[in-house]
Parts: sequence; C-alpha cells; structure tokens
Amino acid sequence: MSAKTLYDKLVDTHKVCDLPGGDILVYVDFHIMNEYTSPQAFSGLSTKGVPVWRPEAHLAVVDHVNGTRRREGPDEASKLLISNLEKNCSEHEIALYTLGDPRQGIEHVVVPEQGLVVPGMLIACGDSHTTTYGAYGALGFGIGTSEVEHLLASQTLRYKRLQSMLVQIDGPTAPGVTAKDIIMHVIRTVGAGAANGFAVEFAGSSIRSQDMAGRMTICNMAVELGARAALIAADEVTAQACLNKPHSGQFEFDVNGWQSDEGAVFAREVIIDGADIEPLVSWGTSPDQSLPVSAAIPTERDMATPAAKTALKRALNYMGLQEGQSLSEVKIDCAFIGSCTNSRIEDLRSAAKLLRGRNVAKNVLAIIVPGSSATRVQAEAEGLDQIFIEAGFEWRPESGCSMCLAMNDDVALDGERVASSTNRNFEGRQGRGARTHLMSPAMVAASAIAGKLADVRHYSEMEE
Amino acid sequence: MVNKVSGIAAALTQPNVDTDVIMPKRFLKTITRKGLADGAFADLRFDEDGKTRPEFILNQLQWQDASILVVGNNFGCGSSREHAVWGLMQLGIKAIIGTDFGGIFYDNARKNGLVLPIVDESVRNSLFVVAAEAEKAVFEIDVEHQIIRADAQDFVFEMDPATRQALLLGQDETLDTLKLSDQIQAFEQVHHGKIKVNVNK
Repeated sequence: MSAKTLYDKLVDTHKVCDLPGGDILVYVDFHIMNEYTSPQAFSGLSTKGVPVWRPEAHLAVVDHVNGTRRREGPDEASKLLISNLEKNCSEHEIALYTLGDPRQGIEHVVVPEQGLVVPGMLIACGDSHTTTYGAYGALGFGIGTSEVEHLLASQTLRYKRLQSMLVQIDGPTAPGVTAKDIIMHVIRTVGAGAANGFAVEFAGSSIRSQDMAGRMTICNMAVELGARAALIAADEVTAQACLNKPHSGQFEFDVNGWQSDEGAVFAREVIIDGADIEPLVSWGTSPDQSLPVSAAIPTERDMATPAAKTALKRALNYMGLQEGQSLSEVKIDCAFIGSCTNSRIEDLRSAAKLLRGRNVAKNVLAIIVPGSSATRVQAEAEGLDQIFIEAGFEWRPESGCSMCLAMNDDVALDGERVASSTNRNFEGRQGRGARTHLMSPAMVAASAIAGKLADVRHYSEMEE
Repeated sequence: MVNKVSGIAAALTQPNVDTDVIMPKRFLKTITRKGLADGAFADLRFDEDGKTRPEFILNQLQWQDASILVVGNNFGCGSSREHAVWGLMQLGIKAIIGTDFGGIFYDNARKNGLVLPIVDESVRNSLFVVAAEAEKAVFEIDVEHQIIRADAQDFVFEMDPATRQALLLGQDETLDTLKLSDQIQAFEQVHHGKIKVNVNK
C-alpha cells in the first residue's frame, strides 16, 4: 500500500462513492450551523419537501449577529435571524446553543470546548474558518448555504479532492512569537491565495510544540492562504485535549493513524525556519501584507510588477498610510481581542499577563469579547476580567464573533484604526472605512497600552 | 442549466477581491436569497453618501451592462457567504473569468449556475486589455467546449469536469444525491461503528 497523506486518509475514510465527473460523495460526521448562513438552506428543504437526514448530527449556535453588551440581537433584522434559527431548530429537532445558554459562544470555540471534535472526524460548517478542526487531526471545511441544504438533507457533500501541501516549520521560535505570528508569517511568505485548491498540512517541531489553542489559531487562519482544509497530525497533545469534556464519553478514538505516512507525497512543500519568525502586524488590506513593528511599510520601488504597485497604492490609500512609513509610529483608535482565531482562555491569559498593572492609552477604545460563555466564566474564575477592567478594557458579558466581522453593533467607525486579534483585514471588514491591523492578542494588548502599533517584546523584556 | 454566456466584459483588475467587498455585511441580515443586487460591490459602486463612484468600472457608461467580469487573482477569497454569488447574479453577472478563486466561492458559484472559467495569468492579462477597449469588450463563453471568444480569438479555459457537468445539466444536487440514499445508509451503518456523533447525548 502506498504512503498516504493525513488528508487522503480523512477523505478516504468518509468516501461513500464516486460521482460522475470526478467528484466524490463524502459522509459528514458533524455539521455546525449559525444564524446567518443557514436560513435559506432550511427554506430550501421546506420547498423541496425533504426532511433532515439525521438531526442529532447537527448543532446550531447563535454567534455572528448577537450583541455582546446585552443578551439580544442589536437590531430587528438580527433578532429575526436569531428567532428564525430557533424556529428551524425546534421544527427539525436540532440542538441549539442560543443566547443565554451557558454553552453558547463562537461556534469554533464552542465545539472543541464541548468535546465534539476528535481525530478522524469530518466536520463541515457554513463558515470559512471551519479549517480550525484540522488542529485535532480532523477534516474541517467551510461550505456555502446550498451545501448546508445538501448536507441537512443527505448527511453528505459532493466533494472535489484537493491537492496536498506541506508547510514544514522547524526549530524554536523567538520569545514573543505566538501561533498567530507563525500563521501570519506563513501567509506573508507564501501569499494569500497560494493554497487555493490545496489542503495544507502543518508539520515540524515549531508546530508540534504548540498547545491546542495555538494549533487551532494556525489551522483557523490557514483559510487566509486559500486552504480549503488545514491539518496537523494528531499526537499526545491532541489526545489530552479530547478528554474530560462534556461529550468526551461518546467517542472512542485513537490518535495513532491520524498522521501522514512516512514518504507520503505532497504536491507542494514549503519549508520555513522557525527562527525567522517575528511578532507581526498587518499593514494592508490582505492578510499577506504584514511586517514586524520595527519595519517600514514597503514602497512602490519594492514592488516587482505594475499590478503590485497598484495594489500597494490601493491598500495604503484605504489604510491611510504612506509608503516607507515606520509602523511603530502608527496610532490606533481601538483595540479588539476576540474572534474564532484568538479568543480562547490561553489567548486571554497571554493578553492579561501583559496588561497586569498597566493602562490602556488615553483615547483608545479597548474591547474584549471572550470566545464563549464558558471561556468567560473560566476567565472570571481566574480573575482575568479584573485585570482587563483595571487596565481599561471593556469586558463584554456576552460572547460572539462581534467586531471581527462587525455584523453586530461592535463596529469601528469610518477611518478608525483597530489593533485586532482577528483574521481578516479586508476593506470594510470591521466597519465601513474601518482600518484593521491583525496581530496576536498579546500584541493587541501591547498596542492598546502604547496607543500605537507596538511590539510585545518591548513590554515582556521589561518584566525579565 | 448554463451553456453559453455572452455579453459585455468588464475588467476588475485588483487582486484578492474578497467576499466582504463583494457583499458587505450590512446586506447579510436576510432569511431569503433575494434583494441582494444593491449589495453587490456596494462600497465600490457608491460612496458613504450613496453617490455613484464614477471611477468604478461598472459605473462607466460602456460597462454598466456588463454580464462578464475579468478579475484579479484570488477573487472571492474569505468568508463563505453565498450571498456574494446571489448578489452578483442579481446584478446581472453571469460569468467571471480569473486565474484562481476562493474555494468556497467557486463551489457556491457552481451551485447557482454562475460560470467561473479559469485561465492562465497571461491569458487573463490579455483579456484585461481586450475588456478595457469598449468596442471589443463583448465576449462569448462556451461552457461545453471550454472556450472564451474575445476579440475574434478563442481562448481555452479550465473547468473541472464535475463543475462543467453541473452547469450544463443544472440538476438539483440535493434531490439528485438523495437518489443514492441506499448507498448512504449502507455506508453510514458501517461508519457509525467507528464514529457516530450525537449532539443530544
């Protein structure tokens, strides 16, 4: 038998049959839904008169549109999305973690917290950041609403097998470098879109030394490379993370077998030296436009092609920055810690460590939205909320995606600059005209204190 | 069912046009697929006061009726929102020619009959030039034969066989897959011996 990649093992173990044209039909173990990409899927079922194939294989979570100051949708349209999901779930007997439920939170934070992912699973969700589950040696990928309908009806998806890419990162990383910096480094090295059509497996000692929260951050943001799936081989860290969770009892799993075989062939391999990675901030409107804070923004002369020059000009115009400008001079208006990329308890601890005994700069609005209600309870038990509040952060009592995509009322204003622990610095992402700088939670904390883009190492060195 | 698409082509040269730009968040709070034409490229088409931005290609007289776009690399990256595809189609876009697309966007397009021919960067750059000349910017796309006809030349495009077949047949994939229910059930029975999720447990 020839050596297989972890990706091919996951696809092969879920293959129901071949379909004409080269697609395959894959069986989906677990499907997660939210309030904004599922409504038209349910109405599709109803129009076609088709029932849900296996209701207990689905979980719905309210997270995208809800407010975080109080327990409700911030406007009538949001309230309708939430009540519509409640109605659909009750009609089809699908489990729902709605507002007020102690299990509610951002879908990709909630699922691991509840123990609903183990190695070897195939998980789909109407959300691009479903790549997160690759951290568990599971195959997770985002789907559109038509596919949500198909999955509800048949528990399967028509699937096109991807090519495999290996990103190998070895060696110890420098102090201050987090999982967020690792994935941002990969994206700036390989390019946004470089993994379109690929499943990316992250390997090497710099990856294996990450805890599960870090591995989830890396797989989560791999979609910004274009990766439709991201994977990390299961190991003892994975096994431990699957124990003692509310749903742990229902799965028997073995981490052995959920690795790529020795000699497995990847269509593309990228090798990165862990020592080359620095804490990064994004400066443009694409996730591959990032640099260390000590660097200066590129100039037109640095750009190889006329198209790249135009893209640089467009990004700088939107971001209100100049070519050649030093990033450490760039003042911020907001600091945001949250999102499925970086809002887990480990993320909150790393930001709190830096904020203890320090204050957010005057004129900076600093907000923290824990990834889930359970994460918030845990953080409060550890006293982290007090550290954030004393430093000048708003500690939000409700959880959700919030200002990562600003579908609720946490919206940055036109021209405002946000230091953000989120995943996308797209034009308009955090509000019309809002300017996003992506970075790790600790870097957001450092920038909040400085009132401008700041390097976490400046503060952590003071402690040593 | 889609086989041939013809119409005015407009060049949208910027790379990495994401689905947040294609369909901004304020248009997403809907439980239907309708009413999304206003949202498509809203912040590129209009300024904050709702005034038309004359520099945007689809606001220019010769291209305002464009039904084909020629786009920069990595078009449709980002969020899974199918609203992006619905909105583009409601705006009158029937095909988008590019080098590569966000994976979820590509699959969403197929499900809705939006044609996404894939070409090499050199061909795409030639098509940018042709589409920028108003008198030449009428393209024909033949899905069955995988050919774009522009400026009296034929350009072959790539499309995976399953997507091509889905566009040509235009079947309801949900109902079509349910014809395989017996096979799915048989697979499920064996597979549940290894992994069986029950959220209610």
